[in-house]
This record gives sequence, structure tokens and C-alpha cells, in this order.
Amino acid sequence: MLSDLPLFPQQASTGAMRVDALFMFLMAVSIFFAALIFFLVLYFAIKYRRRSEAEQPRPIRSDLRLEVLWTLIPLGLTMIMFVWGANLYFTMATPPADALEISVVGKQWMWKFQHPEGQREIDELHVPVGRPVKLTMASEDVIHSFFVPAFRVKMDVVPGRYTATWFEATKPGTFHLFCAQYCGTVHAGMGGRVIVMTPTAYEAWLSGGATGESPVAGGERLFQQLGCSTCHRSDGTGVGPALVGLFGQTVRLQSGETVLADEAYIRESVLNPTAKIVAGYQPLMPTFQGLISEEGLLQLIAYIRSLGGGKTGRQS
Amino acid sequence: MNTAVMPREHYLNVNYGITSWLLTTDHKRIALLYLASITLLFFVGGAAAVLMRLELLTPQGDLVQSETYNQLFTMHGVIMIFFFLIPSIPAVLGNFLVPLMLGARDLAFPRLNLLSWYIFILGALFTLTAVVTGGVDTGWTFYTPYSSTYANTHVILTALGIFITGFSSILTGLNFIVTIHTMRAPGLTWFRLPLFIWGLYATSLIMVLGTPVLAIAIVLVALERAFRIGIFDPALGGDPVLFQHLFWFYSHPAVYIMILPAMGVISELITCFARKRIFGYNFIAFSSVAIAVLGFFVWGHHMFVSSQSVYASMVFSFMSMLVAIPSAIKVFNWTATLYKGSIAYETPMLYVFGFLGLFTIGGLTGLFLATLAVDVHVHDTYFVIAHFHYIMVGGAIMGYLGGLHFWWPKITGRMYPEGWGKLAALVIFVGFNLTFFPQFVLGYLGMPRRYHFYPAEFQVLHVMSSAGASILGVGYIIPLVYFIWSLRYGAVAGPNPWGAKGLEWQTSAPPPTDNFTQTPTVTEEAYAYGSQEVHVG
Repeated sequence: MLSDLPLFPQQASTGAMRVDALFMFLMAVSIFFAALIFFLVLYFAIKYRRRSEAEQPRPIRSDLRLEVLWTLIPLGLTMIMFVWGANLYFTMATPPADALEISVVGKQWMWKFQHPEGQREIDELHVPVGRPVKLTMASEDVIHSFFVPAFRVKMDVVPGRYTATWFEATKPGTFHLFCAQYCGTVHAGMGGRVIVMTPTAYEAWLSGGATGESPVAGGERLFQQLGCSTCHRSDGTGVGPALVGLFGQTVRLQSGETVLADEAYIRESVLNPTAKIVAGYQPLMPTFQGLISEEGLLQLIAYIRSLGGGKTGRQS
Repeated sequence: MNTAVMPREHYLNVNYGITSWLLTTDHKRIALLYLASITLLFFVGGAAAVLMRLELLTPQGDLVQSETYNQLFTMHGVIMIFFFLIPSIPAVLGNFLVPLMLGARDLAFPRLNLLSWYIFILGALFTLTAVVTGGVDTGWTFYTPYSSTYANTHVILTALGIFITGFSSILTGLNFIVTIHTMRAPGLTWFRLPLFIWGLYATSLIMVLGTPVLAIAIVLVALERAFRIGIFDPALGGDPVLFQHLFWFYSHPAVYIMILPAMGVISELITCFARKRIFGYNFIAFSSVAIAVLGFFVWGHHMFVSSQSVYASMVFSFMSMLVAIPSAIKVFNWTATLYKGSIAYETPMLYVFGFLGLFTIGGLTGLFLATLAVDVHVHDTYFVIAHFHYIMVGGAIMGYLGGLHFWWPKITGRMYPEGWGKLAALVIFVGFNLTFFPQFVLGYLGMPRRYHFYPAEFQVLHVMSSAGASILGVGYIIPLVYFIWSLRYGAVAGPNPWGAKGLEWQTSAPPPTDNFTQTPTVTEEAYAYGSQEVHVG
């Protein structure tokens, strides 16, 4: 029976150990203060129990030193929690530059993944051990949340924007993937597995089965199919700006403002082209809202990114 | 032997008949109207919890459909929060006690007080209608765009109910603020006020300032749903995360609406049953105000994984750490109040002990959620469920039940049966811990909330939780039975069965309609228990 009663989650990522260390610190502080309060209340309740109805205890004056003491000690401890937690959170929000990039689309009630080499998966995600994996996530409908308890990783997947998270798995195995944000009727069924493999097994898995086109190739196909290439000519002679070398660069707008050409900017420019007009160009582009899926958008971005510019997008 | 006799005329027997209750402007009768209404709603909300816990006994989701399960947790949350916890201590005990504690004849606006109750009932009817005619499945949090676009249940009707009920809160808060400012008895200075009044004053500020924002948020959801106005749904050009900001701007302070009055109750009870002046009166009083103020700047800690800016999250984490301090100060001062006291173990005091233990655990686990990196893991898991039940049930309901037992003789003129009272307090304490402690473990293991079915490895902990819930359920039914029983058969209490200080104990029990035969004058600080000090100089 006890083997059916897990008390602590598996640690399967570099982040998991760091989060658990902080968790243990919080536990230690909590147990100390809870025990202190329980013991004092119990001790006072027994020692000073009412022995006769006539008992009239003496009043005790408040003590400013005591008040200051039990204000400053908790304050100090919570500040340690804050700094430690914020520091780790910042690390967790900053994927390493060399991370393997996988795109994720959530919809009621499934998870869709696409690897850089083109493999697609539903409700299952294969990743290699020992290599950072960055997920760029979009939702087709409501808010979902990508949650892998063994990695201590969770990030909402929000319609209308990209969110990102990352992890580095530390041991091969199969781990739960949950949707943590209530998303409708089959919310509890919107889960799957993350399968962590040794790098060689991962390579073998990548090369086995139907590969399909890579996101870059898919994006290039869409770029032709949707007619983007008519205006966004690579030589810069089109009515729209050339996209070569764009990604990660700063773009000057008609309004005089500048904007970083990241995933969010390209997404907005496809779906709502008049929101930000590049300096020197006319607002001629029609919206592609409804003509392109979330997955298609992610592929298109992968393609534009492959045209150079190089830098990864800024974290949302 | 108790030789107390009931007063010949009091607020309960001054007149009879249904209209004498439905048209009353007596704050004490209105308190009882609220008591009856919220008790009924509590058991409706509780029934939903019972069904959920039954469903979760097995991993498969075999008792009800997913649609039904989703409606059950929504109904449980909506009813318990908006129709039980928020009105509980303020509208029942607060309504009854504020004028009595201040030495006043009634609240500042007695008719407005009655109107608040009617508004509350109207809101409750809307929401209950939604439940009866097919339910709502958005969760009590109504996150967009699910609530505004995708859900096909009675979102608008439920939202309207909450919107309407909000005005009841606002009016009650307004009434308390004006009453506390203007109707204190001669000599009753701010720093002689019972700490229950300080707690309610802070609560009232939140009610008046926060509730309108919730009203705006849910009206916008309803508008988007009904007329496709793009506010939250990105497909219409809206921002779904904006809703979360508006919602939590009220709904986090709402937690303090639930807990601050309970903290006030604890200060009243602990002094009486330890026969001690409160330790650190000013610190407890100002910590209530500090919680109310700081509580308005922590809402973003519900949104650490929502895609809000990393830097915003840091600010909200920092503020959330600060709001923990006043709560810690209170707990330390209550504990110090017990030191060298004369401590009796009557039922209300058992609830105080329960509160101190459970609120301490609830508060400390709140730090886990305020700590950024840890929250990423436990957010939206059972860890959060366990944490807020330790605060809202372990804290707020312990305070409410402790207060109800303490003032029951004042409200009804009769005692509840002490033995049964102690037994129920014990059963509730044990049942509560068995229900919710395993949920901390479940949450850290990664069990997400709002799951109709779940992986088999979580079953043992879920079974423990469900077993605890059945004990807890029994614990809540026992007081319901003996309170009703005591109305007729309880021993006559007399005006002050506990030997308590405070103006409410200086009038007869039950009090006359006008509360006091003559306006009392206050000459000493609150909680002047124990031997009189020798005044030097």
C-alpha cells in the first residue's frame, strides 16, 4: 500500500533540484514557526489553565522590544525567500541560447508539438536528456497551462500571444504532462507524457517514422502559398519590407517608435498588419487572421527566423 | 446552579409575525435573517463539496459526468465565497454586534441595512437559478476567454447574481464605516474599541473600495458574452490576462474580507477565556489596517505563470511577503496574550486554539505561493486548494463558529450544550486536517486542481481527503442541530455568562430592541480583564 503513496515528486530536471532546495528552506522555516506557535500555545494552555473561577491574572504590559523583534525576524526571513525565489524565477524565465526549440500549440483538449526537424506529436513530447529545451507556446482557443511536475515547470498558454518556458531534463524516463489551467469540459483529460531519452535514443527517434517537413520548410511553403513572397521580396524591391536578416533586429516604425522583431511582433504583423507600419512603407497588407493556423504561424516565424538576423526572440 | 431568567421583553419577542421580520430595521433581527440565509447557502455549497469528494474517491471519474463535476466545483466556490464567507462574520456577527459594541441603538442607516439583505437575497436567487437551470462551469474565477466565449453554461445569470450581491457588501461596509465613525458611546475612543471593530473597519474599507472593481470585471465578461464586445477575447481584439488583473484586484483583498473579521473575533475570545488584556493592542489594530492596505497591492501573485512581466511578478512577490508580516504580528501577540493568563477551555476557546494552529499553517504555506520559483510549481495544484482552505475554513470558519458560540447566549438568551459544543469543535478540527493536509502533499506531487479524474498514484491521498471530508461534514451538522435545539431547551444564559468585558455584555440577553436602556459610558480600555493594575501617577 505504501508504495502507492508517493510523498515527494520525482526530480527530473536541473530546475527541479533548485526549486526543491528553496522548497526545503521554506519547509524548515515553516516547521520552525509552526512548532514554536503550537508548543507555546499548548504550553501556556496547560500551565496557565484556570484552576479556580476566582482567578484574576495580572495584566502584562506590551513590550515594544518584543514587537520589534517579531516584526523584524519574519521580515528578514521573507526577504530571503523573496530574493532567492525571484533569482531562480528569473533563471527559469531565461532559456539558454543554445536550447532545442520546440513549438507547442494547446487546444481543447490536446497538446500539439513540433520538433525543429519536423516531427509532430500529439500529447507526447520526446526530448533528449542533458540538453536545454525551449518551448514556444500558443493556444488556439482558451488559456491552458503547460505543467510537468517532475521538471517543476509550468507556464500558461495564452491565446493571442506567445509564451515560453524551458527545462533541461536530467534523467531518462516518462513523466506526466498536465494542463494546469482550467480549460473546459475535458480539462482533466488534457494531458500526456513527456518522454526523456538519451541523446542517441532521441536521434534514433527523430530519424525513425514519418518525418514530414521541418517547420522552416513548412514556413517557406506557407510563405509562397499565402502570397507573402509577392510583396516581401528578398531583394527589397517589393511593396513590403524584405524579411532577410530581420529577426532579432530593431525595426523603425512610421510612428517614429522602434520595435524588436521578435515572435510577438511577427505574429502581430501577420494578424493585424496595420498595428505597426514599418517606416517608408504603406499600410497595404491585408490581415491573415483566419487564413493561418497557430501552427502555421509558428512555422512562418521559424522560416523568417531562418532568413537570418540570428538572435532568439526576447522573452515575453 | 444557574439562576438566570430571561428578560420579559427583548428584540425577539417584541412582536411576532412574518412581516415583523421581513420589514424589520433592527440590526439584530437583520443579523438573524442573514444567519438563516447563509446557513442554508453553506449547506448547499457543502453538498457540492461532498459530491466532489465522493467523485474523487476513485481516479476514473465514474460518479458524475465531467460537465457535472465542473459545475460542482464552480457552484461550491461561488456559493462559499460570495454567498457564505464574505457575508458570514460581517453580516451576521458584525450586524448583531457593531451597534452593541459601540453602545449604539442601531447602525447608522437601519433601512439601508435591511436593503442590503434584500439585495443579497436577490443576488443569491439569480445565482441559485443559474445552478438549478443547468449550472455554470467556469470555476468561481470566471477566467476569460473561456467564460466570455467558450463556456456554454449560465455564465451571465451567475455573474449577475454576484454583481448584485456585491452591492449588499458595499452597503454593509458603508454602514459600518459611518457607524464606527459617528456612533461610538461617550468615552469610547478609537483606541478603546474592541479589536473586532478594528477588524470590521478594515474589512469595510476593502468592501467599499474593492467590490466595484469586481462588479466592473464581471459586467465586462457579461457584455463580451452577450454582445461580442472585444475586451478579453483575443479573437475580438481583447486581452484575456486583463480579466485576471481586474478579477484578482478584488478577489485577493476578498480573502482579507474573510479573514480580518475572524481575526477580530479571535481577539475578543482569547482575552475573555484567558482573562487577559490583549498583548500589543495597537499592533493588532494597525496590523488589520496594514493588511487591508497592502492587500490591494498583491493581486499579481495569482499570475506568476500567466505571462505577466517577470518584473511585475517580482514586485507582487515582494508585496506579498510584506503582507505576511502583519499576520505574523497578530499570531505572536495572541500567543503572548495567553502567557500568565487564566485559561478556560470552553467551546469558543477551542475554536481559538483551532484557529491559531490552522491559520498559522495557512499563513506559512502562503509564503510558498508568494515565493516566485516555488509558486511556478505549486500554482493551480492542490497545494493552493489546501492553502486557501486552511485560511478560509481553518481561519475564517473557525473564527465564525467560535464567535457564534461565544455570542449565541447574547443572541438567543440561551446556552448551547457545552459538551456537544466541545465534541463538534474536536470533530471539525480532526476532519478538517484529514481533509486538507493530504492536499498539500498532493499539490507538491503535481496534482492539478479542477480535475474530474486523475492518475492512479494520487488515489491514496484523495481517499484520505474524502474520509476527512465526511468527518468534517458531520462536524458541521452537530452545531446546526444543537443550536436549533438550544433555542427551546438551552439553559437560560443571563446577560454575561462568560464574565466578558465589552459593552455588548452589559445589556440583557437577548438585548432589548433599543439595545441599552441608557447610553453607556466607557471609562476604561478594551479587555480590562484580570486584577486591576495599580496606577502610578
